Amino acid sequence: MIAIHHYLILSAILFAIGTVGVLVRKNAIVIFMCIELMLNAVNLTFIALSNHLGKLDGQIFVFFVMTVAAAEAAVGLALMIAFFNNKESIEVEDFNLMKQ
Amino acid sequence: MDLLMPVVNFGAIMPELILSVVAMVLLLVNVFLKTEQKAYLGYLSLLGIGYSLYVVMTAWGTPQTGFSGSVLQDNFALFFKGIFLVGAALTVLIADQYVRREECNYGELYPLILFATVGMMLMASGTDLMTIFLGLEVLSVSLYVLAGFNRKNLKSNEAGLKYFLLGAFSTGFLLYGMALTFGATGTTRIAEIAKVAAASSAVVQNPLFLVGMLLMAVGFSFKIAAAPFHMWTPDVYEGAPTPITAFMSAGPKAAGFAAFIRVLMVALPTLKADWTDLLWILAVLTMTIGNLIALNQDNIKRMLAYSSIAHAGYALVGFTAGNSIGTAGILFYMLTYTFMNIGAFAIIILVGKKGEPNNNVSDYAGFGFKHPVLALVMTIFLFSLAGIPPMAGFMGKFYLFSGAVKAGYVWLAIIGVLNSAASVYYYLRVMVFMYMKDPTEQFDWVKMTVPVFITLIICVVGVLGAGIWPAYLLGLAQNAMPF
Repeated sequence: MIAIHHYLILSAILFAIGTVGVLVRKNAIVIFMCIELMLNAVNLTFIALSNHLGKLDGQIFVFFVMTVAAAEAAVGLALMIAFFNNKESIEVEDFNLMKQ
Repeated sequence: MDLLMPVVNFGAIMPELILSVVAMVLLLVNVFLKTEQKAYLGYLSLLGIGYSLYVVMTAWGTPQTGFSGSVLQDNFALFFKGIFLVGAALTVLIADQYVRREECNYGELYPLILFATVGMMLMASGTDLMTIFLGLEVLSVSLYVLAGFNRKNLKSNEAGLKYFLLGAFSTGFLLYGMALTFGATGTTRIAEIAKVAAASSAVVQNPLFLVGMLLMAVGFSFKIAAAPFHMWTPDVYEGAPTPITAFMSAGPKAAGFAAFIRVLMVALPTLKADWTDLLWILAVLTMTIGNLIALNQDNIKRMLAYSSIAHAGYALVGFTAGNSIGTAGILFYMLTYTFMNIGAFAIIILVGKKGEPNNNVSDYAGFGFKHPVLALVMTIFLFSLAGIPPMAGFMGKFYLFSGAVKAGYVWLAIIGVLNSAASVYYYLRVMVFMYMKDPTEQFDWVKMTVPVFITLIICVVGVLGAGIWPAYLLGLAQNAMPF
């Protein structure tokens, strides 16, 4: 039987994988994919809790999160294209114009 | 089955609606304008901002709820909306000269500023975690674009991309915190969260609830640039177009504080002992790190970025105090900080050349002799940032620190005052260059346009007015605190 805590542990693991990915990966697109993984871990948490508590609020929240993630993806990829046009790279080591 | 009509009250989001409609009209009008005519969009957006500000002022004192209680436009929200609108108006006024010089005169600038302002206003009046999240994202997505607005400039690209990656990362933490809080209490309404938590001690002792509060605090700390979550600030502030840097340091920071204050004070009063300790540590770290690193910055935009981190720390002192004078002090401080910071950035725009090769403090050598009036105005803003009477910055710090002393956080106030004293060094350094060094270059490129002139006058009047007669504004701010 799969209980609520299984879902919560799974989403916590997914969130942790996403967080570690953001911190260790070097390519901006892969970092962005890790961020999406974090957001989807949150979505899983919301849906599992919503089902467990019998309240719809959590599922409605998920719709908003998905919409916002889509808008963020559009803006983020456009920013990456603008950066690539000028620098021919999206590795984070190349984000080095402003260092102290 | 009964179908319940949701209670929609458009009056509660009237200022937001006005700005949204104006912004969409501007996007349409933009298509028909030539590059040199884009300034008309600025004038139109000023009309929209002015009307919205009028609505905010007439709504003062009459709280309204809307959308089944997920939006509450009370005095607290209205005061912050006033701050955001003033910040947006001043940004629009200083933007035109900059975008013409840097040849990034794209009309989308003005609608994006308005949409960002709508997001901030939703954050201030949101009483549901969903509304706060939506407002935050409307604000953030607009700001990512604005930071990378000068798309042919590599520094601006880099600023936009960095802000995007770190902003989205912090949103993940904020959302996870909201999800866990929802799990612990079964609701996303912040007033009901407080009710559920007050009703049973099992909820308060639930680890989900405490972790949820911590993760939300991390997310908000990112947005207000509190140490140790401040690392994005200097790079983004340095790389973003200067008017946008001015905008980011004023409005969005205040919006972060508005949502942070409402969530902690309304939803989580049961955890007050926990989050007060957390805020104490955040305040000390933020003030000290911001001021120490600002001491040896050469780029003036970067220096003001670290100084803005330190100022977030001063505001956190008032938040930690949590009493009427401390929290009203935050509102007062955010408003006056808008005037002094945008004013200082207006001078930076005037002194800058195309591509901004001369943003270093040493480039201000001899400025005081070539342009005595402008240098005097800059001196007023820098004195105010440093907290020297009779400027507004002094009164703001006075209220924040006296709130901390009254609440019994004497050491916190002492650390704050010491920090404030240390910060005088790097503000005075600019003045030393302006008045005591010989010019290395000619300052013949300072060309003042009428909107920038108006901005400077508004900012000087704001800084001196709020510094010499602070009672009126502080009274408004104290009226605005319902908690």
